[in-house]
Amino acid sequence: MVNNDVLPKEHMQLFSDSLKDRNFGDVMVVGGGVSGIQASLDLASAGFKVYLVEKGPSIGGHMAQLDKTFPTNDCSM
Amino acid sequence: METIEGQKGDFQVSVKTRPRYIIEDKCTGCTTCMEYCPVEYPDAFNQGISTNKAVHVYFSQAIPLVAYIDDSCLYLSEKKCDICHGVCKTGAIDFRQTPTRTRINVGAVILSSGITPFDPSVKEEYGYSHYDNVVTSMDYERLLSSTGPYEGKVLRASDKQHPKNVAWIQCVGSRRVTEKDNSYCSGVCCTYTQKQLILTKEHDMDAQCTVFHNDIRSFGKDFERYFQRAEALPDTRFIRSYASIAGENPENKNIRVKYATSDEGVKEEEFDMVVLSVGLNPPRAYKEIAEKFGIDVNAHGFCDIDSSNPVQTSRPGIFVSGAFQGPTDIPESVFTASGAGSRTGEMLNFRRGKLSRERVYPEERDVSAEEPRIGVFVCHCGANISSVVNVPSTVEYAKTLPHVVYATEQIFSCATNSAKEITDLAVEKGLNRVVIAACSPRTLEPLFRDTLREAGLNQYYLDMANIREHCSWVHARQKEEATQKAQDIMRMSVARAAHLEPLKEFDLPVNKTALVVGGGIAGMTCALSIAAQGHEVELVEKSKDLGGMVRRIHSTLEGLDVQTYLDDLIASVYKNPRIHVSHEAEITDVAGYLGNFTTTVQTEGRTKTIKHGASVLAIGADMYKPAEYLYGENDAVFTHLEIGEQIAKGNEAVVNAQSLVMIQCVGSRNEEFNYCSRVCCGHAVKNALKLKEKNPDMRIYVLFRDMRTYGFKEDAYRKASELGVQFIRYTPEDPPEVEAVSENGSDMIRVTVTDPILGQRLELDADILSLAAAVRPPASIQEIAGLFKVTLSPDDFFKEAHVKLKPVEFAADGVFLCGTAHYPKHVPESINQAYGAAGRAITLLSHDTVVASGSVAKVDEYACVSCGACITACTYDAIEFHDTTKGKKAIVNPILCKGDGLCNAKCPTNAIVLKHFTNEALCGQIDAAVTAEDIMEQMDAVLEEA
Repeated sequence: MVNNDVLPKEHMQLFSDSLKDRNFGDVMVVGGGVSGIQASLDLASAGFKVYLVEKGPSIGGHMAQLDKTFPTNDCSM
Repeated sequence: METIEGQKGDFQVSVKTRPRYIIEDKCTGCTTCMEYCPVEYPDAFNQGISTNKAVHVYFSQAIPLVAYIDDSCLYLSEKKCDICHGVCKTGAIDFRQTPTRTRINVGAVILSSGITPFDPSVKEEYGYSHYDNVVTSMDYERLLSSTGPYEGKVLRASDKQHPKNVAWIQCVGSRRVTEKDNSYCSGVCCTYTQKQLILTKEHDMDAQCTVFHNDIRSFGKDFERYFQRAEALPDTRFIRSYASIAGENPENKNIRVKYATSDEGVKEEEFDMVVLSVGLNPPRAYKEIAEKFGIDVNAHGFCDIDSSNPVQTSRPGIFVSGAFQGPTDIPESVFTASGAGSRTGEMLNFRRGKLSRERVYPEERDVSAEEPRIGVFVCHCGANISSVVNVPSTVEYAKTLPHVVYATEQIFSCATNSAKEITDLAVEKGLNRVVIAACSPRTLEPLFRDTLREAGLNQYYLDMANIREHCSWVHARQKEEATQKAQDIMRMSVARAAHLEPLKEFDLPVNKTALVVGGGIAGMTCALSIAAQGHEVELVEKSKDLGGMVRRIHSTLEGLDVQTYLDDLIASVYKNPRIHVSHEAEITDVAGYLGNFTTTVQTEGRTKTIKHGASVLAIGADMYKPAEYLYGENDAVFTHLEIGEQIAKGNEAVVNAQSLVMIQCVGSRNEEFNYCSRVCCGHAVKNALKLKEKNPDMRIYVLFRDMRTYGFKEDAYRKASELGVQFIRYTPEDPPEVEAVSENGSDMIRVTVTDPILGQRLELDADILSLAAAVRPPASIQEIAGLFKVTLSPDDFFKEAHVKLKPVEFAADGVFLCGTAHYPKHVPESINQAYGAAGRAITLLSHDTVVASGSVAKVDEYACVSCGACITACTYDAIEFHDTTKGKKAIVNPILCKGDGLCNAKCPTNAIVLKHFTNEALCGQIDAAVTAEDIMEQMDAVLEEA
């Protein structure tokens, strides 16, 4: 029987070391364009921890480059 | 993303982060480093039209709004220059950063890899690399933008002059089977070109605009009207012709375009600028993506999907949203994201909420007994405000105002570090009210309210003085006056702030049940997805059976066996213990509000009262019953839907016919019904292929106006054409004529139509005539819209809250939509949207409570004279009379009140007040605008003059 109180200290250290560089999440969204942003927002507000991964320096994707959107000519940004 | 191991529910992902060489927490986005950086290189965000520095912020509204250092940096390449390091006031530059590797455990992955615009430089003939004045539509998008290379001026690269004569060439990279092009239709270019044309005319009303196009594919909601709007603009030509770049005029660098028209033959014409309407390619790294994630891609390089479950990739636990599913527009990218979210939620429902953390705020300090101590923060907004308004003098001025105990300036008040500064200073200086002189409260008020909560202050102690939209942006050339005005606005804001009171927001419980109206494919799909996430679903269907319109569809172009799929779906609905179906149901009443609705339904002879937190309207569509082309008079005339059924049944008269004619746009795209029914071209091609498969010798003619086989359906259109199906274009001015004739003892339908190429009348004798009958909004849509207090579009389909960004919700809170009641759509599109609506509904239902605003009306009963004016004024039924010892008095239901203040304005005795916008606060603000002495002085001056 393993008693947690007497678990060798070095074992505990090893275990916590192995977790140190690990990050736990529910979902990873790959791509920070309008679709990735929407997916991340929805999942986060529905109670999930989300990692959003984007290759560029900013989120926004191609939609951020557009001037206006059809058919209402609303500002894309 | 480097590697992904594991399986559905337990993936280990390794992510490599490239160094920014900027410490994100320290960078304020002030752009000082950019001013000093000596390296100029083409700015990727502006499509390389203008230059940027090696260190720069990607674009002015980038998130995160911090700089990054590009590979072009001299220090990174040759260790030569580190000027930026020296000039950065916050010490944010860090050249020692190296790539970092992060290991992340997740249960699911959503791929939202998007698209890459087609690059026309891969083909000589597009002339993109050779000629300065040939641009892509993406380049042109940046030229039009006020944040673009020439600040919103459309200029030619060769001479920086305004082009007066612009041409667009459509289908660049799309609908072409030639090498390096794509065979599919990108689906968005027709309409974005019309947008660019409209915007060009807004920039310069005299500009000549020419569009060389193939079919005009205005298949989306309100697109037909949009095309008409573009086409009706003066000096605008839409020319149906393939066009190619013939060369450049060496003198003026104009571009020569070669094209052909049926009446004038081949022509060459010169334009100041040519825009290539480039299509959508799969993400550039699609092969790498497929390999790394272990998913399949289709022949075009987009994600391989099952049309009955379009958000699922070939690998369990990995979902796909947006244009990586196939070329799509923004609304689809948004609702497939919500849909992928919903499918993820189904899979991971057991762990929902386990890792997410609630925000914990410090306890709120009671400051009601204190004198107002106002802190003022004046924002530079980069250069948006400070390039016009003198910010330092405005800060000094703020310090002279009553109750102001502290004032300072910030580069970007909304930056994380600045918000933290506001919180810290509020605590340190004992502030009890905060004025932020920056932008409109519409976007950032929630952020700054949060900042106050972090400082232990009630969030309603905030006021925002809008010195950007209301001042610096509109008075860019009058700097002194703008500074004066900024100070006036700020003074008014400070005056109001002194009167602000703390308000309590309250939590409303959310009923966890969803109501889904409509038991078609959209309604059932949505119901199942919501139920799979642990919610009860009441599914209300008006007829005896589930299935809806899809009962009559047997196959899709993607090869889905629709009836088998539908039967399985219906069985899943009935088997699901959380889904409760009401048949033959009619909704008679809907009451309540977000999170707490009560809907009364008459079903199978009894009355059912349903309490629910969210509603999804998926009431489907009707088919138009043609009144033209002998429909209903002649047995050989069918609709496309009926032909589909007859093919499935194996009706020999249809399958063995020698010739069959289809007429498109029957009841669509006319004056009365000014929209495209979207699905008919796809159905025509699908039926034609089915018939050719069963009877290869059948002569099939499709009489069409524009073939709208968008996306991958284009491949099916091409295949039909290759199999000998004849496509003949007609115009609405010269529609086909149909008559029943009897010759040599056999009856047939004679269709006469003008051949557009030969210019002659063609007589087609058909055994069978099939009509592309329009899709109509359902008959009950007005009634349902009235009950749920939602609105309709001009064509009487449901109107979504925002055409691009809120495609599955209504403006009314807690009510969602999906399926063909929104607009005609194909089966996979309805399924996609149904998952989207489920995803959005879950973001509401997964919460126990929703927060209602504290800024609501209240009644002073002593002053109320029971006139009822407020009750009449309220559009939300939020006010009613209640009995008091002094008689009937008005009372406000704070849950229903939206704080619009209409009642306020009507009340004759000021008995009803709107919290947060009290008379004291507003009058204080007005008094601060102009003093009584000022007004008297001005009046005296006027009198003297008179």
